[in-house]
Amino acid sequence: MSRYIPQTDEQKIEMLRETGFSDISELFSEIPEDIKLKRKLGIPGPFSECELMGHLRQLAGNNISTDDHAFFLGAGAYDHYIPSVVKHMVSRSEFYTSYTPYQPEISQGMLQAIFEYQSMICELTAMDVSNASMYDGATALAEAARMACGAARKNTVLVSRTIHPEYRQTLRTYGRFCGFKIIEIDYAQGITDLDKLQDNITDDIAAVLIQSPNFFGAIEPLDEIKPIIGERKIMFIVCADPISLAILEPPGSFGADIAVGEGQPLGNPLSFGGPYLGYFAVKEEHLRKMPGRIVGQTVDSNGKRGFVLTIQAREQHIRRERATSNICSNQALNALAAAVYMSVMGKEGLKETAVSCAQNAQYACDKLVETGSFERVFSAPFFREFVVKSKKPVSELNKKLLENKIIGGLELEKYYPELENCWLLAVTEKRTKREIDLLSSVCEGRCGE
Amino acid sequence: MKDTKTVFEYSVKGRRAVDAPARDVPARPLDELIPGGYLRKSPAQLPEISEVDAVRHYTGLSRRNHGVDSGFYPLGSCTMKYNPKINEDIAALSGFANVHPYQPEETVQGCLKLTCRMQEILAEITGMGAFTLQPAAGAHGEMTGLMIMKAFHENNGNSGRTKVIVPDSAHGTNPASAAVAGYDIVEVRSDERGNVDLESLKNVLGDDVAGLMLTNPNTLGLFDENILKISEMVHGAGGLLYYDGANLNAVMGICRPGDMGFDIVHLNLHKTFSTPHGGGGPGAGPVGVKKELGQFLPGPMAKQNGDRYYLEAPGPLSIGRVKSFYGNFGVIVKAFVYILTMGADGLKHASETAVLNANYLMHKLSGDFVIPYKRICMHEFVLSGEKQKENGVSTLDMAKRILDFGFHPPTIYFPTIVKESMMIEPTETESKETLDDFAGTMLQIAKEAAEEPEKVTGAPHNTVVARLDVTLAARKPKLKW
Ligand SMILES: Cc1ncc(COP(=O)(O)O)c(C=O)c1O
Repeated sequence: MSRYIPQTDEQKIEMLRETGFSDISELFSEIPEDIKLKRKLGIPGPFSECELMGHLRQLAGNNISTDDHAFFLGAGAYDHYIPSVVKHMVSRSEFYTSYTPYQPEISQGMLQAIFEYQSMICELTAMDVSNASMYDGATALAEAARMACGAARKNTVLVSRTIHPEYRQTLRTYGRFCGFKIIEIDYAQGITDLDKLQDNITDDIAAVLIQSPNFFGAIEPLDEIKPIIGERKIMFIVCADPISLAILEPPGSFGADIAVGEGQPLGNPLSFGGPYLGYFAVKEEHLRKMPGRIVGQTVDSNGKRGFVLTIQAREQHIRRERATSNICSNQALNALAAAVYMSVMGKEGLKETAVSCAQNAQYACDKLVETGSFERVFSAPFFREFVVKSKKPVSELNKKLLENKIIGGLELEKYYPELENCWLLAVTEKRTKREIDLLSSVCEGRCGE
Repeated sequence: MKDTKTVFEYSVKGRRAVDAPARDVPARPLDELIPGGYLRKSPAQLPEISEVDAVRHYTGLSRRNHGVDSGFYPLGSCTMKYNPKINEDIAALSGFANVHPYQPEETVQGCLKLTCRMQEILAEITGMGAFTLQPAAGAHGEMTGLMIMKAFHENNGNSGRTKVIVPDSAHGTNPASAAVAGYDIVEVRSDERGNVDLESLKNVLGDDVAGLMLTNPNTLGLFDENILKISEMVHGAGGLLYYDGANLNAVMGICRPGDMGFDIVHLNLHKTFSTPHGGGGPGAGPVGVKKELGQFLPGPMAKQNGDRYYLEAPGPLSIGRVKSFYGNFGVIVKAFVYILTMGADGLKHASETAVLNANYLMHKLSGDFVIPYKRICMHEFVLSGEKQKENGVSTLDMAKRILDFGFHPPTIYFPTIVKESMMIEPTETESKETLDDFAGTMLQIAKEAAEEPEKVTGAPHNTVVARLDVTLAARKPKLKW
């Protein structure tokens, strides 16, 4: 009946007999009769592989994918090219069918891969220590805020309004229940308003949270934040896109205490929003306050190099309610994908990809502004994503683009009511000049009318 | 044998594994686009390797890793069942894998339909009223569920309910999640049958209690027979009952948390519903609630209107959002395919067989190991290495010895209420032959522990590295290359 259950009927009878039972139902005799389900579950199935493949292919066919259309949509999830080797390596089933490497002697593969992941994240961010991943960028940021409040025994954080709206929503949820307050700092010219930041800095603040490149794609003046914080005991938390860090000065260079971010752009497919991974890296002095699993190098009893889970006294399985976090399962396989991606892109490849994003985005922005139907909204420099204000409603543009096999940008007004008719467009290295030109001409009304 | 090289040790200046992306837009100097002060001064020292290097390196690493596909993996509480291959293929279909979370609704009808169906199916399997698929793992689900509990009490004007009761047998995430949700934790004892001690429960119940978290079957692998009484007591005191669904694999189609009286439930799709554990994740931890609590669920939720599917923004009572986007969709696809593969009878058959396998194995080991609770076990059981410990052989030693035989050891030293505990969960996807093999190995190790203990205490002998020094790792942390 069920293809994943190898026991035959004869074997089951034999096993029952040997164990001292006559019928399978006896195994459930300790469950009170009152709560036993007296009917069959009302769910579909069973289906053969062949039927399922047909059915699910059809369902998948009802979605438009990056294979079908050219995407100019980003806003926290990006359509970068993923080299084939990434998929092949994470498909090694010794990796993906294993679990948390509790038994290091037979888990050296995953442990070493995570150690290398941590190393590469530290390189990109210029931080000292990385954990083995958080659920995603939003929860990584929320955990960073929690960590800062817990460490300083304070309960207010300053959060730039240029941070991804869903990250701020997540922060609010964590804040409401974990007991920290959020003061949002407005923006000016597409970047955090530093005067307002300055006005709100007091000794009661646990942390300052800034995203760069921010939700508008703009690069924040991270060099000016630390001087505002001054000597106060306030953690500086930077949420940074990992690809951008191949060409932008990293959080560590600006004195960040914690660097977090969404790791999806590092070799993970869009997958309708997940599974992704949050990276989380800190300065050495914060190591023992950090959430999540950490892999460290050690030696075996013969002095040979090996890797283990370490500094576990922070974690829930040991510390229970006093743990630094409740996280247990994380996003290890996504971190593995990120590790493979970073190692095949390499020092030069990742830089070239980042440069291509910047070049393509600049070209697209200029091209749209040239049409006369758009104007730039903010003057701040940007990396891969930018905001333009359209003369026509953005929703209409997106509809017209869809007819031309283009997925347009995000309607910013949904998240920032003051940004009427503003459009957030992402241009990765995958976009070609032809696609960008088509975007611009459809917007001008030259095609598809 | 030499150490295995790290990826950094393959690096040779100028070597590469990818071609430069074709760039056909007019190139401008980078510092014209981005002011020089923002540009990186010293490059990130990522490796410089070829594609062949990468493939050899990661393939080599994979061979130093034990997964369910390599062999038996009876890691208690983790439900390491077989991960069907078709699930992987379907989740990788471009129409699922290469879809952006913010695309127009009309271009993601397939994703939304699947999400809706999954919400309904999970509600039916657990007997709950509504489900969110947003939480990323079990612990994240616990946190979400406890936030819902708190929002519910606050909405009723009961902000004085500041405590959550957790049994002493509970998984570490239970108290940790309760703490993240802003609760104080009260522990209750387990009685001599391994159930929640009712007297102890009675003593802690009061109007400061928000609820009780329970795993049923619990982490001893035992079904708490007093569940209806517990439910009556907790509800009587104005609290809610939270179900940690980590052990649902024992009872699918047999009984449902909703019918046991639970108000809030999380599931671990990576356990019960066959999605791979990925070396530590990703999982998915959907949360279900009784109908009355539906308004507190995080949002957005997938909804259906005729044959159109859409996302509905959370209402005013919702706890808000617990992560970006809609959850680990790729994992949800795999679990959906699994459920459709099995159907109602198949899921029940899986639970029955999981329980049979566990009882069979427990029976085989009961002569040589201490079984602390002499009861029928559910999908897993806990034994104690006390007897072997008398001879200087710890449960850790035995776990290391198990490695020599090509098996993954059981969970060890959890639950903490059993001395030298070993928690064994065979799952339904293992054959009688595998169980017999494993039992044979365990009996041999018990014999070794009695007759030649050094063989066990010096284990492992056949692994790629010998026993690793975890103390050194923690004392002198080397956490990056
Ligand atoms: C009983 C129990 N509860 C909760 C969890 C936490 O689940 P996750 O690792 O998905 O966060 C586990 C995980 O092992 C568990 O065994």
